[in-house]
Amino acid sequence: MSATDGTGPLLEVEGVSVRFGALLALSRVSLAVGHGEILAIIGPNGAGKTTLLNVISGFYHPYEGRIRFAGRDRTHLKPYDVAGLGIARTFQNVALFKGMTVLDNIMTGRIIKARGNLLLEALYWGPAMSQELRHRAFVERIIDFLEIEAIRKTPAGRLPYGLQKRVELGRALAAEPELLLLDEPMAGMNVEEKEDMCRFILDVNDEFDTTIVLVEHDMSVVMDISDRVVVLDYGRKITEGPPSEVRTDQTVIDAYLGVPHAS
Amino acid sequence: MDVLATVRDGLDTFPKLVRHDAQRFPRKVAIREKEYGIWQSYTWSDYLAQVRRIALGLASLGLARGNKTAIIGDNRPQLYWAVAATQALGGVPVPLYQDAIEKELAYIVDHAEARFAVVEDQEQVDKLLHIKEQCPHLEFIIYEDPRGLRAYTEPFLVSLERLQELGATFARDNPTYFEDEVAKGTADDIAIICYTSGTTGTPKGAMLSHRNLILTAGNAIAAEGFRRDEEVLAYLPMAWVGDHFFSYAQSIVAGFSVNCPESAATVLPDLREIGPTCFFAPPRIWENLLTNVMIRIEDAAWPKRKLVQFFLDLAQDSERRRLGRQPVALWRRLLYPLGRLLVYGPLRDNLGMRRIRIAYTAGEAIGPEIFVFFRSLGINVKQLYGMTEASALISIHKDGDVRLDTVGTPLPGVEIRISQEGEVLYRSPGVFHGYYKNSEATQQVIREGWIHSGDAGFLDRDGHLKIIDRAKDVSRLADGTIFAPKYLENKLKFSPYVREAVCTGQARPYVAALINIDLAAVGNWAERRGIAYTSYTDLSQKPEVYDLIHEEVVRVNRSLQADDVLRGAQIRKFLILHKELDPDDEEITRTRKVRRGYIAQKYAALIDALYSDHGHVPIEAKVTYEDGRTGTVRADLRIREAAR
Repeated sequence: MSATDGTGPLLEVEGVSVRFGALLALSRVSLAVGHGEILAIIGPNGAGKTTLLNVISGFYHPYEGRIRFAGRDRTHLKPYDVAGLGIARTFQNVALFKGMTVLDNIMTGRIIKARGNLLLEALYWGPAMSQELRHRAFVERIIDFLEIEAIRKTPAGRLPYGLQKRVELGRALAAEPELLLLDEPMAGMNVEEKEDMCRFILDVNDEFDTTIVLVEHDMSVVMDISDRVVVLDYGRKITEGPPSEVRTDQTVIDAYLGVPHAS
Repeated sequence: MDVLATVRDGLDTFPKLVRHDAQRFPRKVAIREKEYGIWQSYTWSDYLAQVRRIALGLASLGLARGNKTAIIGDNRPQLYWAVAATQALGGVPVPLYQDAIEKELAYIVDHAEARFAVVEDQEQVDKLLHIKEQCPHLEFIIYEDPRGLRAYTEPFLVSLERLQELGATFARDNPTYFEDEVAKGTADDIAIICYTSGTTGTPKGAMLSHRNLILTAGNAIAAEGFRRDEEVLAYLPMAWVGDHFFSYAQSIVAGFSVNCPESAATVLPDLREIGPTCFFAPPRIWENLLTNVMIRIEDAAWPKRKLVQFFLDLAQDSERRRLGRQPVALWRRLLYPLGRLLVYGPLRDNLGMRRIRIAYTAGEAIGPEIFVFFRSLGINVKQLYGMTEASALISIHKDGDVRLDTVGTPLPGVEIRISQEGEVLYRSPGVFHGYYKNSEATQQVIREGWIHSGDAGFLDRDGHLKIIDRAKDVSRLADGTIFAPKYLENKLKFSPYVREAVCTGQARPYVAALINIDLAAVGNWAERRGIAYTSYTDLSQKPEVYDLIHEEVVRVNRSLQADDVLRGAQIRKFLILHKELDPDDEEITRTRKVRRGYIAQKYAALIDALYSDHGHVPIEAKVTYEDGRTGTVRADLRIREAAR
């Protein structure tokens, strides 16, 4: 779906700043994400991590800087168009349709792929039927992949939190994204659920060749699964590099331990 | 079907029978698997083609006659094919429990000298990679599901897909190899080695030949009338002889269809979708089904609950009378059809048991209340007595001759005798060829041509076999009163709130019980009463929960009053355990039989406290997590005296 030759980075964020009134949430942040990479964005509370995800997925627009995806500038696209380009995301607070089944929730992720014709769909006939079957088959692959067969028909709102997170991941995967944005995929999970989620993230990356950008607080998770780590603090990128280097970086330690900032 | 004639006519191994089935009914469904939400079907000709491709792949990797293949995973068509493929080359499949921890796997894979392992997924591959050093014979690991394994570079890891490609290449150079190897097989080749979990000591590998299994399957078909249009659900561990017998041997001999559920968590909905005609379950599964039903009845609105309870009581009273050869009152017989319309029919349908012609319970004694419950719904549940060493079957209830307290009459071809000491002895065409590399154990079990079952029992006037308990478990209290622990435990376990129970009393002044609550049922009960709890341990020690269990103990004691022999062995004291008994902690076997010796040792402090004047006892226990790590749990357990 992309027009890249596969050599350049998949996503480039160049000098992006975001302002909420007087608050500078992001200040000239630049980063690049390569094809098939798992990049973690870390930083203390309020560092601008979620804002950065929101800019990439088109919820916010930067007042300066550019965002290039698959070689094309798309700084000012709307979320729906961003999704159409092959970027999917999950949210920090689970955002599922509580009354709908797991299956239907994941099916909504396919909307982006659907070619609609209201009449044919209402009649469930002809191309509408074969399209529905194709989508369903793909969704079933995801259900199998995430090992949620047993809750296929359960309303999402009745599931425990860890499973809801997994269903949300499934919905994002249903859009067959090239780039997957995960906002705190492990938040509020117990150790076992975290281990499961880690395995799913690695498997998604491995199996579907999906590039992943994730925001996460749990440092052990970040160190385990990411190829590269970007550290934000007060809206600035303070460092980036492989987990082993970032772990020992003095500026990172200072940021987390709260050394006074001379700004 | 005359099976003896079949064996004479050269259809004397399972691969030959698979080929025969593919000729007899090529388009009939042999096996289904629910995958991607849909039941995917494979016919007998598909079955043969898959077995052929896998066999040729294994041959290309060098599987020679007599080599062992470890088979590890949930019930999957591919794994059943791997069993047949190994047999086709004259190799011996060794199925293992898929939830076994590394230590157990290492012991069996090493002891069986398995050169190949065909496994389901990454989980099993990881376990085998960890133990490979301890298993010098293990050369190739073949996996079915490639997910998560892409980054693994070990040269001895082969995907099933790749194996089949290798097989196709191999077949080009050796076009008649498969047929030649199948033709070399004989009835007395070892068809499978089933490692018995064993309530004592290390696992032993029982060797069963093709003749053992084919003749036993044929005798069962003759006695029970299995047809080629049966549908069965393959959901019990492949390593258990019961599954091997029903989902593999019996299916191939009779030609019926086997259905593999989507995952372990979807067995109940899948059961409902398939609506099997034959169903085989150990008592534990029947207990779970009953518990589920009871919870849902309790959750129903008052008029519904009363209606259901009325009709269930009616049906159970009638069934108990029928089993006891007593007349059933006319008004009961008249009301039964109404009950079928309102309660029994819908309930059977809900359980996925509407089409069941024959259902079995085996593996352990079943609580009579559970047995009566399912029979009263019109489900033809029968007891079956068997052992790995007998190719699964020894005795069975014939249709129309079902008793509450027996395990039926001997299967055709089986002779049963009771030894002087009261132990059940038998011999049959299914009797195994001994334990692999353990002639000492073999000699202990087979003496003068008879197998010593280790069970205490007797034959009644009508030739029905009655099993009392494991021979070594039946014992006496200090004052000489007879005490059969399993009998009491089964009575306790009929309560939906009791998941597991262990009774002690040998050479003690009275009987005491360690009880495991059922988290789902007691949790639900507590929620409805607004009792807050944080964990299993916390819930188990609530005074309200003790009151609840106390009632159940009193109920058991009351029912013992009616029994002349066992009246003296009532439960005097009990405590509720802080954790579930778990096969990972070696407290119960993988088939969920209580390992008494181990528990007596591990919980010696608790048991001593039950025979002291203390009202509570502190405990610190080691637990093993699923990944093999260990941790400790601390708790202070109450001891309760049962009202008499």
